[in-house]
Amino acid sequence: MNRVAGRLMRSPEGVAGFCLLVLLAAMALAAPLLFPGDPLVIVGRPLTAPFTDPALPLGTDRLGRDVAAGLMHGARTSLLVGLATALVALAAGALVGTVAGLAGGLVDEALMRVVDAFQIVPGFLLALAFVSVTGASLPVIILAIALGAWTGPARLVRAEVLSIRERDYVASARVIGMHPAEIALREVLPNALPPVLALTAVIVATAVLVEAALSFLGLGDPNVVTWGSMIAEGRNVLRTAPHLSIVPGLGLVATVLGVYLLGEGLADAMAGREARG
Amino acid sequence: MHRALTLTRRRIVSSIPVLLIVIIGTFLLLEAAPGDAVDAYLLSLGGGDAGLVAELRQSYGLDQSLVKRLILYVGALLRFDLGWSVAFDRPVLDLIAERLPNTLWLMGAATALAFSLGSLLGIVAGARPGSLTDRALSIGSLALYAVPSFWLGLVLVLVFAVALRWFPTAGIETIASGKTGLARVADIAWHLVLPVSALGFIYLALFLRMMRTGMAEAWRQDFVLFARARGLARRRIVLRHVARNALLPLVTMLGLQAAAMLGGSVVVESVFAIPGFGRLAHEAVSGRDAPLLTGIIIVSAVLVIVVNLLVDIAYAALDPRVGSGEASS
Repeated sequence: MNRVAGRLMRSPEGVAGFCLLVLLAAMALAAPLLFPGDPLVIVGRPLTAPFTDPALPLGTDRLGRDVAAGLMHGARTSLLVGLATALVALAAGALVGTVAGLAGGLVDEALMRVVDAFQIVPGFLLALAFVSVTGASLPVIILAIALGAWTGPARLVRAEVLSIRERDYVASARVIGMHPAEIALREVLPNALPPVLALTAVIVATAVLVEAALSFLGLGDPNVVTWGSMIAEGRNVLRTAPHLSIVPGLGLVATVLGVYLLGEGLADAMAGREARG
Repeated sequence: MHRALTLTRRRIVSSIPVLLIVIIGTFLLLEAAPGDAVDAYLLSLGGGDAGLVAELRQSYGLDQSLVKRLILYVGALLRFDLGWSVAFDRPVLDLIAERLPNTLWLMGAATALAFSLGSLLGIVAGARPGSLTDRALSIGSLALYAVPSFWLGLVLVLVFAVALRWFPTAGIETIASGKTGLARVADIAWHLVLPVSALGFIYLALFLRMMRTGMAEAWRQDFVLFARARGLARRRIVLRHVARNALLPLVTMLGLQAAAMLGGSVVVESVFAIPGFGRLAHEAVSGRDAPLLTGIIIVSAVLVIVVNLLVDIAYAALDPRVGSGEASS
């Protein structure tokens, strides 16, 4: 583990991604301390320009809400949705992949057709449909995005399980009379998971972008600030106050780029490679 | 030709159960929505008496049991009947058929842009793995891939439509311009430049990175070593030996990103007010139009299956190693 961390800190990508994410996480954690209270309430004159009012450093939007507070609280939403989606998608994928790989036969066949079905429906349309049925709240949005993200982990876990279940230590666990569920949880799953974790970065990044797109279309949770809804709100005054749309977008780019960079650095470090070059 | 036919038939047969799962799943999901089509219709009317409600429910078949309705729905699908849109008060199939061409143009052009420019830049990056150009392109493409497409669209509008006035801000063509023939095609193309860029530039990164990785691997292969030992010119090795071998996996990528791009078209069409398939999905959600949304999801699944089939056929044509004998899964 230390060796991996050491290698990570020597790769420029890894360091850059790590710094970006630490900065964003600090923003997310500091948001309720620096800007206590609801960032959705009106605090000043509408469309106050940035750097003109010391109390509102980044000015206000069309409705008079604090842009700086929105940005900080928006980081919270994006990071929360990204991480929670990855957690749900990895757990669901690991469960389905393990069951399919261990059960084999008809169960495996049926589960894999379901995976196929989820893969041919565009994930964004699926999320759109799910949110429209259940109503937009943060847990629903996380679940909706995870619906389009669990298939990758499921396929990978199944492939890993298929190769692991033939190994000697699984055979010996069976011989000593271990319960199949226990074998799955204690012998197979821990060994099948590491390659799957490499997918985490892509899932987190996609989830952040999908949540932003849903909010942009007005389908996000109306009770929390999101960067996507800030961009949509700023779009109404795109010509006169373009910064209202541009700045939250930069936040999204920084988050997703940070996740990708860290993911790439980690993958290189775990493969035991030094920084490329 | 025979091989392509067998492949096509096998793929079509294997996609039938998958499509059936999509149909049943979508139907059940949208059935779970509170209220049905009649409620939505009455809301748009501003209310109605109980007799009208019962009559409407009967005419839509909503008084039947869930299973019976599902069977009715699948039966109608087999006759290419996708049901009736509540929000538009028109057949779902007509709406989709009207909107789909715009989206196919948008996606086709964006894919062409992403594939050509992406693989070209990938060749530049992969020509000398580890060089400064390679690293700059790698980081640049990663940054591009991190950009939300709707935000890129807004930035493009700000720069090229509002500030420079090179392109129109929205729409698919100049309204009531009376243009016909080639002039109209040119008008549409001019309107599509910004949306195609917003959608295409993001996927460009995907092709660039894949090409670059493939080339970095090809450099280590024996036949490349042999070509270098023979003293062939570097340009010739890069193009004829290294890039050529790295190009094939990119074709597979074309199929894989079809679903993602279809999803991406929803936001891009909303930003640029293009009356396409993606915008229709957004309108279906806003209008609480379950039959339309169900139809859209099923058609998008069919579309993804067709694109993947075309990609498979192209792959089989390009790679003589793809056999017809053994079943590929």
